[in-house]
Amino acid sequence: MSATQPEVSRKLGAAGRLNEWINARFPLQKMLAEHVTEYYASKNLNFWYGFGVLSMFVLVIMIVSGIFLTMAYKPSATEAFASVEYIMRDVEYGWLIRYIHSTGASAFFIVVYLHMFRALLYGSYKKPRELVWILGMLIYLALMAEAFFGYMLPWGQMSYWGAQVIISLFGALPVIGEPLVTWIRGDFYISDITLNRFFALHVIALPLVLVFLVALHIIALHEVGSSNPDGVEIKEKKDANGVPLDGVAFHPYHTYKDVVYITIFLILFSLVVFFAPTAGGYFLETANFEPADPLVTPEAIHPVWYFTPFYAILRAVPDKLGGVILMGAAVMVLFFLPWLDRCKVKSIRYRGWQYKLALALFVVSFVVLGWLGLMPATGFYLILTQIFTIIYFAFFLFMPIYTRMEKTKPVPERVVYHA
Amino acid sequence: MVGRAMTIRNRRVPHPGGDMECQMTDETDNRRRHFLGVATGVMGLVGVGAVAYPFLASWRPSARAMALGAPVEIDVSRLEVGGMLNVEWRGTPVWVLRRSPEMLETLSMPEVVNRLRDPESRQSDQPDYARNPHRSVREEYLVVVGSCTHLGCAPMQRFDVAPADLGPDWRGGFFCACHGSLFDLAARVYSGVPAPTNLVVPPYMFADDNTIVVGLDTEV
Repeated sequence: MSATQPEVSRKLGAAGRLNEWINARFPLQKMLAEHVTEYYASKNLNFWYGFGVLSMFVLVIMIVSGIFLTMAYKPSATEAFASVEYIMRDVEYGWLIRYIHSTGASAFFIVVYLHMFRALLYGSYKKPRELVWILGMLIYLALMAEAFFGYMLPWGQMSYWGAQVIISLFGALPVIGEPLVTWIRGDFYISDITLNRFFALHVIALPLVLVFLVALHIIALHEVGSSNPDGVEIKEKKDANGVPLDGVAFHPYHTYKDVVYITIFLILFSLVVFFAPTAGGYFLETANFEPADPLVTPEAIHPVWYFTPFYAILRAVPDKLGGVILMGAAVMVLFFLPWLDRCKVKSIRYRGWQYKLALALFVVSFVVLGWLGLMPATGFYLILTQIFTIIYFAFFLFMPIYTRMEKTKPVPERVVYHA
Repeated sequence: MVGRAMTIRNRRVPHPGGDMECQMTDETDNRRRHFLGVATGVMGLVGVGAVAYPFLASWRPSARAMALGAPVEIDVSRLEVGGMLNVEWRGTPVWVLRRSPEMLETLSMPEVVNRLRDPESRQSDQPDYARNPHRSVREEYLVVVGSCTHLGCAPMQRFDVAPADLGPDWRGGFFCACHGSLFDLAARVYSGVPAPTNLVVPPYMFADDNTIVVGLDTEV
């Protein structure tokens, strides 16, 4: 502190003095500068780069609507189903809050899948962003667990039997399988006890994990800097002030653009919430409008759409342990992406036909597997499932080979930007 | 003790002024520091483990859940031949199927037996008294947990012979619509389906001619 400082602060208004008082005690300005006003992201980010912000936005929607649902929901086997109906019929605007939460679950996976696809398009997982990718994958795992526990809470038939199927997956493990399943359920079947503990995990444990991981994801991202559609490292060309020549400050330039994305998202989101909250049985499944009955299985059990690609892979193998291992591998293999891809060029704009073709096949296999996961696993469907499961894994397993063979185009020195 | 030699240097010695003063040394005893650090860390881990145990153990079935898992009695006096009862035991459906002689005959037919994965119930879960071709204490009564060994769906009764969807060789049994697993009339699994083993036979006994007790047997 210099001696002249008190004189300067006297010239400031009340807000300025408060600002100064805070910053002498907490690095508010420093943090804002580092992460917002002086965080430089490439000026040529296209709409694909909006899904990160949208994911955060949906997380906030889910936390807020979730807190309010908790105020009327009862996590007990005898009351859960009725309390959800109570929210829908008797609680003022309860229907709106619940539909926001249920639509938000599907919206979360839509934006997260598109966010991940963006990484595949522009090589956002490549050096030096491997940890950003891994932290993102951990978020995805936590999100899957969070969605699974949440889906159980309405205690409908699909909640119950979906949980039965997923928990049974652990029973496939040799020796420890059955005791582990009993330990997870806390009972000899999925009961009130199981519901109560999954509620605790859904409203406390996993949201905390998610928020923590999101913070790490962003801190890691801001350390290495955002990627861009050209796959050019903008930090390599800086002006005299150390600002990347192709970078613009996150605020106001990217934030204002993100407001447009959020607006478009909210229009689409509201259309579903108000006019098609069940989305034809895809966001809220028809079988879940019946209370859970441990003695009667619904005719067809399948998870909500965002899990069906992995569910299809589970069923592709006519062997319990084999199916479980393959399904686990389908998720875990994504963690290794930064090391499987041997191509130095990041963006698909300058990559060879091999990766473009492989990525296209991968996206097709993911979508088709998602559809097959909703179909019965017999006959023709089963053969299709097996074919597309092979394509899914081929994308990763042959990646070290075909990415080495790519004939890439020259990557420009600076990002391509037409103002 | 590690670092004993060094502690001598740190002892208090009388100061010429008369006051007791600690004579400090600038040297750091790294061995001592490392030992204390590791010792503290290890004790801390033991503490964390000791505290974690009750939390993890709290997930096990509670005393109430154990009590509710008590045996159930099933009255089969009014169960007709070919009929099936569905009773809840520990929250899972337990089936009691009273098999007709024709049904029992199917258990040894080659078109059934040759298609089974585990016809002799070697890999399957059942008490020893049910490890036989009919998988039951008495031939007539089949007692099984009606929950598919694949992922726990409840298979459907398909006692019809040679239906269009299950093929001309089908002699009756159970069909799991979830993932297409097939079982014969002794709840033995077909090969080439996702379910790995035959349906589970719970522990049970006949209290008298017409009463089956599930969850309790003479071996317990």
